[in-house]
Amino acid sequence: MAEIRNFTLNFGPQHPAAHGVLRLVLEMDGEVIQKADPHIGLLHRATEKLAESKPYNQSIGYMDRLDYVSMMCNEHAYVLAIERLLGITPPPRAQYIRVMFDEITRILNHLMWLGAHGLDIGAMTMFLYCFREREDLMDCYEAVSGTRMHATYYRPGGVHRDLPLEMPRYQESKFRSKKEVARLNEARSGSLLDFIEDFTARFPACVDEYETLLTDNRIWKQRTVNIGVVAPERAVALGFTGPMLRGSGVEWDLRKKQPYEVYDQLDFDIPVGVNGDCYDRYLVRIEELRQSNRIVRQCVQWLRENPGPISVDNHKVVPPRRVEMKGDMESLIHHFKLYTEGYCVPAGEVYAAVEAPKGEFGCYLVSDGANKPYRVKLRAPGFVHMAALDEMVRGHMLADVVAMIGTIDVVFGEVDR
Amino acid sequence: MTDLWYGLPAELQRTLVVTSQVLLLVVPLILSVAYLTLAERKVIGWIQNRIGPNRVGPKGLLQPFADVLKLLLKEIVIPAKSSRFLFVIAPLLAIVPAFATWAVIPVSPEFVLADINAGVLYVLALTSMGVYGIILAGWASNSKYALLGAMRSAAQIVAYEIAMGFALVGVLMAGGSLNLGEIVRAQEGSILHWFWLPLLPLFVIYFISGVAETNRAPFDVAEGESEIVAGFHVEYSGMAFAVFFLAEYANMILIAALSATFFLGGWLSPLQGIPGLDGTFLAAPGFFWFALKTALFLFLFLWFRATFPRYRYDQIMRLGWKVFIPLTIVWLFVLGALVWFQVGPWFD
Repeated sequence: MAEIRNFTLNFGPQHPAAHGVLRLVLEMDGEVIQKADPHIGLLHRATEKLAESKPYNQSIGYMDRLDYVSMMCNEHAYVLAIERLLGITPPPRAQYIRVMFDEITRILNHLMWLGAHGLDIGAMTMFLYCFREREDLMDCYEAVSGTRMHATYYRPGGVHRDLPLEMPRYQESKFRSKKEVARLNEARSGSLLDFIEDFTARFPACVDEYETLLTDNRIWKQRTVNIGVVAPERAVALGFTGPMLRGSGVEWDLRKKQPYEVYDQLDFDIPVGVNGDCYDRYLVRIEELRQSNRIVRQCVQWLRENPGPISVDNHKVVPPRRVEMKGDMESLIHHFKLYTEGYCVPAGEVYAAVEAPKGEFGCYLVSDGANKPYRVKLRAPGFVHMAALDEMVRGHMLADVVAMIGTIDVVFGEVDR
Repeated sequence: MTDLWYGLPAELQRTLVVTSQVLLLVVPLILSVAYLTLAERKVIGWIQNRIGPNRVGPKGLLQPFADVLKLLLKEIVIPAKSSRFLFVIAPLLAIVPAFATWAVIPVSPEFVLADINAGVLYVLALTSMGVYGIILAGWASNSKYALLGAMRSAAQIVAYEIAMGFALVGVLMAGGSLNLGEIVRAQEGSILHWFWLPLLPLFVIYFISGVAETNRAPFDVAEGESEIVAGFHVEYSGMAFAVFFLAEYANMILIAALSATFFLGGWLSPLQGIPGLDGTFLAAPGFFWFALKTALFLFLFLWFRATFPRYRYDQIMRLGWKVFIPLTIVWLFVLGALVWFQVGPWFD
């Protein structure tokens, strides 16, 4: 009798559902997965090593490129670590701006996730609906930092600059008629805060729209309910964080458990799942969209009422204003020193973590007192979740692997670093 | 001119007439396949808040020709370790049945290529043939992804053909004939006389099975874009790929036309039987109504694709075996009772 063996399938790195450059070597018995072996490292850019060779501020931009769909949250962890070593606290306005942009980033990330997850399972319209809203949030990034993605907006001691009073507007062109431009510019007539407020007002209806397409859809439920179940104990043991952990029913969120910035002054809820399957994780993330929207609203309100400085007044860390530099020798020296040598950070080590959209994003920083870090270690949530993929997919079918990669919300920028 | 025509041998005359009839059917069919691809991209574009292709020609109307030109100029790569003969023959096996089935479809009261009495059987036989192209393509490519696609397709077709066959048994019982023209004529009267009403469950099942048979979303597991990349045609390129593509769209039009014929009264006018309109040109049967109904079903195909997530292939089989087949069988008994007791207005 012929010997029947399992066959291996090379899934990725160039696969439409590989979410970047995941290479999975699947051992399959027909369509049923016996073993999944994730191969990572195809997007390795040595971020941690690069950070060791540059003044502190020059590595902020690298952090954006780690998890390239939740840019500012990565910056946040790195900047927070530096601030803790320096022993400085940014003024409240800067903290509120950071929190607001963290939550905008969370919405950005979850929209990307929802679109990609939908696309993986075959609901391709979701992708374009989500990107419609993402576009507006990208514009917020652009308005505040000048770029749509890799913002480099958070700085040790605060943020780079205050929120703009005028939102950039569309102009008429041969592709955009006057009527269309007027429609696009309707929400952009005021400041950035007006634009964000307008967005938060219409966003809940958009989430409702996504939910009508998926939440009660029988096919969606068949594809996600009881797929990739992770028990709460296993989730904790595997080191899950973020929606992956909360989907299993463990109430853990750094924003509540170890509040940083002004999260303890804001009113929001932490959704948790019950069954720990793909569907619960989907529900958790959908609710997080709504909660983030709520936090953004509160921040907008506060920021409207409380003008003030957006960074500490210490020119050893924060560059002086351009105007001052023109006439003041001291400021010119500060500026020159900051942009060449940077600043020295007292020797010591620190771990700072933020609740990034995908889970706990941490930065472990060791300083030997120089102007560059001695060592930077980044804790990427996606890496931990990726490691659990094998356990999750065993016994499921090939089509479920795709659903599982989607539910992990894996981005290879942070996994490979 | 007429002298020249009558001067020809009778057999040649016949061949010429039939050939021209075939061309009359197939050329518009190929054109509608081409424009269905454009319609799909436009309709899904609108659903997804995009514009769709609008660069080639006015409003993008020449896009299908640009696509065909592009695919014609591409190289057909035949994988080194493939089974060459089967690899080349598979796309033909897929497209031939998709066009051949049209021979028995009455597009208008006057025009049907082959008015044969075993029409429904012919349709069933040929629509099942198409899957051989898919299975052979998957096998001949010698690729794991393609093989998975072929396996899925084979499993799926078994689950669906049976439900589809039972649905057609219902049509036979109601129409009392295997001839497609006769089936349409049996539905004459008014919109309420059409078979969609007494055969409602069978109608729904037939159309869903049709979607599954053409491998369209949400049953596109054989292609499974995000799972097995492109499934059975992952190794095909250029015109060989285009042939598969054409076959899929030709099958869509076919299923839409068959659904219109079997359940929505084919060429009959929906305004027939309405007092005041009867006898006017609005109530007259014709090709226009047939095309309109076909287009309606085609729109549903596109709408499904933009709306639904994809089934897993074991779930499709569960749906086929555990839901559709029992449902059709039950409805056949109900139908038997309706026919036996001559319930009006359909069976009196």
